[in-house]
Amino acid sequence: MVEFNAKKVAELHHHLHSHLPSESALRVKALETLLVAKGLINSESIDAWIEAYTEDIGPKRGAQVVAKAWNDEDFRQRLVQDGSSAIDELGYLGNATGHLKVIENTKSVHNLVVCTLCSCYPFSILGIAPAWYKAAAYRSRAVRDPRGVLAEFGVQISNDIEVRVWDSTAELRYLVLPQRPSNTEALSEDELASLVTRNSMIGTDRDLIKKEEVKA
Amino acid sequence: MDGIHDVGGKQGYGAIDVDEPDLYELGKAFNHDWEAREWGISRCARTPDINIDWWRHCRELIAPIDYLSRPYFDTWAQTDFATYVDGGFFTLEEVCSGYSNLGNNPLDQAPPKTMKKADAIIADRQNTCRFDAEINQAPLFSIGDTVITNQHGFSGHTRLPQYARNRVGKVHALNGAHVFPDLSAQGKKTHQHLYTIVFETGALWADCVNKNDKVFLDLWETYLSINGLSK
Repeated sequence: MVEFNAKKVAELHHHLHSHLPSESALRVKALETLLVAKGLINSESIDAWIEAYTEDIGPKRGAQVVAKAWNDEDFRQRLVQDGSSAIDELGYLGNATGHLKVIENTKSVHNLVVCTLCSCYPFSILGIAPAWYKAAAYRSRAVRDPRGVLAEFGVQISNDIEVRVWDSTAELRYLVLPQRPSNTEALSEDELASLVTRNSMIGTDRDLIKKEEVKA
Repeated sequence: MDGIHDVGGKQGYGAIDVDEPDLYELGKAFNHDWEAREWGISRCARTPDINIDWWRHCRELIAPIDYLSRPYFDTWAQTDFATYVDGGFFTLEEVCSGYSNLGNNPLDQAPPKTMKKADAIIADRQNTCRFDAEINQAPLFSIGDTVITNQHGFSGHTRLPQYARNRVGKVHALNGAHVFPDLSAQGKKTHQHLYTIVFETGALWADCVNKNDKVFLDLWETYLSINGLSK
């Protein structure tokens, strides 16, 4: 049974530092081997989860949510009011989206999502987080110099736009609803979804297509 | 815990790898097979009475040198090892040797059934966790109230980052009562009102670029007080 003994776990980590193989692949192999030997897990189920999060659960789901919100005003309102129940309509409710908040970009507001304390992420609609989202460089600076972070991603935010940074310190998870690009009235929902980048739903991307790229 | 994990506002971590491709655009989710295996392991197995707050705390307790230098999913694997040893599922000897001495399922249960991708997708949907509950106490604060965050942290697991301590902000939203992580990480499940608090960047940083910018944090009631009176 879990003892919740932090001192013991800190000591364990020091033992693990010395005794685990240094290569990450060998560490994970050792973990899987022990779990299989003890009958706690089977390797085929691990394969199944990898396939699910590679082929089905990923940012394409988030892009579908965004496209539907652009295309269906009633859905947009439900999404902003209660993100979890709205994505459930599409079958996308799941891991880490039980308390989903959808925050809208506007002409005068840009939103950016971070988790400074770990790397919280709405898995069931965005899949596996990019490495930069989990790295100290992004996590440390997003709350202190968001405009500098955005500039690094090539996103220039003029001074009349307010930047709002959301630090995911609890079990609420955030999805940015980017602005719909202009001249896209004729596009289908699937075509709209193809314009939505993963980064735009985290907030490190803003203008989804440049005007000159739009074919009227 | 004033640990290495609490990086908000810290300086010196260098450039962000903005050129990292979106792996999903390439039909992948992981850079390395071992990362995928660790993700799958984390979805399949957990010690039965663990909770997310204790697991997060176990990750925070990784030695700073390892926390900063080991790849992200590697720290998940190390956290899993630590929690399995702590929970009595592995011995340290087994972990160090890589071989199981016991051989038997410590849960004394039938082996888990084999899942296919479709089962995993269904399980992901059924795994939707909610952390809120109705409680008898009314919230102490209302939208628009000016609040100040606690000056001090807490040596165990806590979710008030150092950069937002002893800072004045406003209540932006009430989110109902959520599991309080500081006690949950000690095995005590209680609920407390959770607020979204908005801070002007000027209240957080002397060197902020644009005073109109804002930072929002989700904070529990005991992290907050009004007029210096601790709640």
